Amino acid sequence: MKLKVKEVEFSYASVPILKDICIELAASEMLGVVGPNGAGKSTLIRCIDRILKPQRGIILLDERDIKDMRLMELAKKIGYIPQSTSQIFPATVFDTVLMGRRPHIGWRSSEKDTEMVLEMLQMLNIEEFAMRDINELSGGQQQKVFIARALTQEPDVLLLDEPTSNLDIKHQLEVMDIIKNIVIEKQISAIMAIHDLNLASRYADRILMMNSGKIFAAGNPVSVLTPANIKWVYGVEAEVNNNNGRPYIVPIRPVRKMEVEMGCEV
Amino acid sequence: MKMTSSTETISGTRTKSAEIKEQYKKFIGRKILFILFSLILIFIIAGIAATLGSYPITVTEVYSIIWQGLFQNPETTKEIVVWNLRLPRIIMGILAGIGLAIAGTMMQGILRNPLASPFTLGIASGAGFGAALAILLGAGIIAGETGKYLIIVNAFAFSLIPTFVIIGLTRYKRATPETMILAGIAMLYIFSAATTLLMYFAESEAVKAAYFWMVGSLGKASWDAILPVSIMLAGCVPLLLWKSWDVNVMGAGDETAKSLGVNVERSRILILVIASLMSAGIVCFTGTIGFIGLVAPHMCRMVIGGDNRFLIPASGFFGAALLLGADTLARTIIAPVILPVGVLTSFMGGPLFLYLIMRKRREFW
Repeated sequence: MKLKVKEVEFSYASVPILKDICIELAASEMLGVVGPNGAGKSTLIRCIDRILKPQRGIILLDERDIKDMRLMELAKKIGYIPQSTSQIFPATVFDTVLMGRRPHIGWRSSEKDTEMVLEMLQMLNIEEFAMRDINELSGGQQQKVFIARALTQEPDVLLLDEPTSNLDIKHQLEVMDIIKNIVIEKQISAIMAIHDLNLASRYADRILMMNSGKIFAAGNPVSVLTPANIKWVYGVEAEVNNNNGRPYIVPIRPVRKMEVEMGCEV
Repeated sequence: MKMTSSTETISGTRTKSAEIKEQYKKFIGRKILFILFSLILIFIIAGIAATLGSYPITVTEVYSIIWQGLFQNPETTKEIVVWNLRLPRIIMGILAGIGLAIAGTMMQGILRNPLASPFTLGIASGAGFGAALAILLGAGIIAGETGKYLIIVNAFAFSLIPTFVIIGLTRYKRATPETMILAGIAMLYIFSAATTLLMYFAESEAVKAAYFWMVGSLGKASWDAILPVSIMLAGCVPLLLWKSWDVNVMGAGDETAKSLGVNVERSRILILVIASLMSAGIVCFTGTIGFIGLVAPHMCRMVIGGDNRFLIPASGFFGAALLLGADTLARTIIAPVILPVGVLTSFMGGPLFLYLIMRKRREFW
């Protein structure tokens, strides 16, 4: 197991956000975390990267507790792409990607770091923007730059928080394809919080469905993305079709809470 | 056919990478060039500044007097004018410019806010209150050195209070840039009000003295003041340079910085303390010199971008040239009256800043 999350609990000022979360992630596995707003997806990802410190439970990376690791050490193993970032002062795409080398270098960057940045720019096909300012790029292009930055960290685990929000459908597919390829080629494991159930179904190896801070269901897309689960967790009546072995969700209408509970009792 | 096309793409990407590398090297070259340019600018303005004044001395004379003065004590009137009057003022201007501009650069960087500066974080108004308190409670009347030192020490001590309040608040509330800058602005108003209150009840002579102290000027510069200020800079600037990568990374946002291994809260407080110490060490000798700490970093960012490894030296030198230039102008514009440089930096800085804001198409730069 690459990453183990055991009985993790987190609360903000005594309001519990995560309750008894257990996850195991294998090498080169892509885990999609789905769930309604406020289910705790982002909080979970932040806990794994130690941006937030869980009150209870342990997180093991290669059998080592991340609490015992130094921040720089953890940064060499886990890459994180937050949902939204803003760069206020100017920074070229090249310098932004170079930041990913921060955990590996001292004050000066070496030829090797430069080569690595160039390789990533090429891999994500953003070479033409290299010397442009990050703020001049479109949302989709920026997302690619942030993925490149996380990859120059040379992480074993990649954490993504809504990597496709605010992207047009072409960029959504491009970004997801890039992530999927990296996971396979570089043997990186990935955890991504994602709202789009169909993207999750199409790209994730395994899906974790969260509801009010707890894991509601976990398993392959077919077993998790069922009409009953979607109705219970999201309060949405949906039709689930088979699309080349992956479930394809067609949402139909929201249902009231009463109906959901009654439906379950029956 | 297939073979050739694949080799073509490989060589194509290679040349593309080489091209980017070339561009990146040029970009770095441009940054270094700008730093050198600012350095040369300082020497040119310093040379001009040393010749200006009621006693006429030529540029070549100035340089030979400075050179000779390194080996023997000044004796002739010219030597005394250069060594004891003009040179301290010039060096103080350079040091103050470097310190205030670098402090501004760092404060803007760690707080991710283009309005952050030693002034907006309440440091200058803290110093003003400290000095006013010392002067109005009688330190100004104490003849000679003791009174002078009391004012400086008091100004220094009070100028650090806003920073400690800001840091104290972050123990109860998370150290976000927003809370810190708002706390700084709150301190600015509190100290300004306290100073006004003090002045309201004081004797008119003391009020005048306190007011003159607060309008930033290099007129108080002396060799005695240069030593502590240069020690302060020599201690603080290397530390800030060492932290420049962290500030770069923090520019991408707290979460990203944390994921890149930077202890954001600790770095932010450490850098704030260093930058505040540095500005306090300057402001307690010069009074409020506004706009250098705000404008110099922005002007440099427009030319060389936001990489703090280069931005720190660039804005330091450029800030020094700016302050020295402003002081030279202040001495000559309505000579023989010497205007306080603080007035001129604000007068020049305000419109200049407006022009820069209007010229740029983006929100900031």
